Amino acid sequence: MSERVLMKGNEALAEAAMRAGCRYFFGYPITPQTELAAYMSKHMPKRNGVYLQAESEIAAINMVYGAASCGKRAMTSSSSPGISLKTEGISYMAGADLPAVIINVQRGGPGLGSIQPSQSDYWQATRAMGHGDFYLPVFAPSTVQEAADLVYEAFDVADKYRTPVVILADGMLGQMMEPVVLPDERNLEDLPEKPWATDGHHGKRTHNIVNSLFLDAQELCDKNVERFARYDQIKRDEVRVEEYLTQDADVVVVAFGAAARIARSAVNDARSKGIKAGLIRPITLWPYPVQAIENCNARAFLVVEMNMGQMVEDVRLAVNGAAPVEFFGRTGGVIPRPDEVLEQIVAISEKVGE
Amino acid sequence: MSKDIQAVLAGFGGQGTLFAGKVIAYAGLIEDRYVSWFPSYGPEMRGGTANCSVTLSVEPIGSPLVTEPDAVIAMNQPSYDKFVEEASSGAAVVFDSDLVEPGDSRSDIQKIGIPAARIAQDAEMGKLANIVLLGKLWSITHFCERATLDEAIKKCVPPSKAHLVDMNKRALEMGIDA
Repeated sequence: MSERVLMKGNEALAEAAMRAGCRYFFGYPITPQTELAAYMSKHMPKRNGVYLQAESEIAAINMVYGAASCGKRAMTSSSSPGISLKTEGISYMAGADLPAVIINVQRGGPGLGSIQPSQSDYWQATRAMGHGDFYLPVFAPSTVQEAADLVYEAFDVADKYRTPVVILADGMLGQMMEPVVLPDERNLEDLPEKPWATDGHHGKRTHNIVNSLFLDAQELCDKNVERFARYDQIKRDEVRVEEYLTQDADVVVVAFGAAARIARSAVNDARSKGIKAGLIRPITLWPYPVQAIENCNARAFLVVEMNMGQMVEDVRLAVNGAAPVEFFGRTGGVIPRPDEVLEQIVAISEKVGE
Repeated sequence: MSKDIQAVLAGFGGQGTLFAGKVIAYAGLIEDRYVSWFPSYGPEMRGGTANCSVTLSVEPIGSPLVTEPDAVIAMNQPSYDKFVEEASSGAAVVFDSDLVEPGDSRSDIQKIGIPAARIAQDAEMGKLANIVLLGKLWSITHFCERATLDEAIKKCVPPSKAHLVDMNKRALEMGIDA
């Protein structure tokens, strides 16, 4: 076990990815993600890996496609506008069943937006990381420690299901420092075998093809149906969620990532006022922890996000009319305050308490 | 006994407020407490005020953004004006008295001005006003054990500048005594 060190979220993501066996990183600078690429540029050469600053985000994601095709653990990172540029390549990777990790350190949008923390790419991450019929596992860390742990596991999930995996972080998590215990360095020889990789057949096997073009409709239909069978397995086995004080809660707050930290403070404050509040924190945004919400006997839900209301739709789907679902958010890079969230909890509690 | 702290350190870019904040954060790391350090990284970094929020706590930390600081270091007027208003009741607000004119009406907080930049300059420690102020803040808030503070300095100064460790420690001492 390594020692407890103080690191920025961006740096911890980079270090943990390398410890997971990532030896190919293709990036392009953008605030508030830049320290991640900078850290990679400094440390990847020491591990005999490739750090490459591409000429654009689009080039970077296609380099990830290439490295992943060769069976290597590859990653790229960016922030919101840069992720939009990458989505064409991500769709191609989903279509070609290529494992890789993509990190989005979100900032305010739309457009160039702001450079302050935001969660306004929830819909993009869970619904629209490119065109076509596909999903991606999306992990949403809430602490620097969890950022390190999740990116480390993301490579295994990507390899297991042959899919790109997204880490949906934000500017707060990327920029802040917290103590972190880093995961152990993976031995490259022990990484999963990839018999499908296009890494040279040496005349010993038929050649492999990595491709997302299927002109025969039936063939593409079969491909997509097979991929969705894998998605069913992901939905069954990979859901992660944290439940905090939900057992007896009347008002359950649902929040992920940075917003969940603030929501947790507000829940604690509500408890000390005698209000039975709890928190459900989805760690996977896809697959969504539907069951945790279904099993919850709350009289009302409050969804807190750093956007205009995106995940709230998934909560409403899961609650399915069984209880009121309200929303509180701050957008554009404004970080909500715990006392604002507490105010909402108090108001809802008074409403449903009657 | 080390006390919890929710601090904001603010000044012009280059005055070393982020570094001073890191010293507090490392003190928390050394004492195995919950720690968060969150810098301003927006447009204010380019020529305006730079600031960071630092929290040391026995409990897990919610928002790393400190909105009601119980400790403030202000190294210029705009920083003082902004954060003196946000400070919680009873907070310690430490500032450079040569650079800041307290024009606020708060009477429920401790305002402690010392000529930190002058103290540093007179001792030929040109840029260490930030550490002088940090020493002063520590003497009021005791956010960590005294010995931890020196250890934290050692951890924060990069190996290439190891020769500056002793000077930083002296700056701390001068702040504590100021």
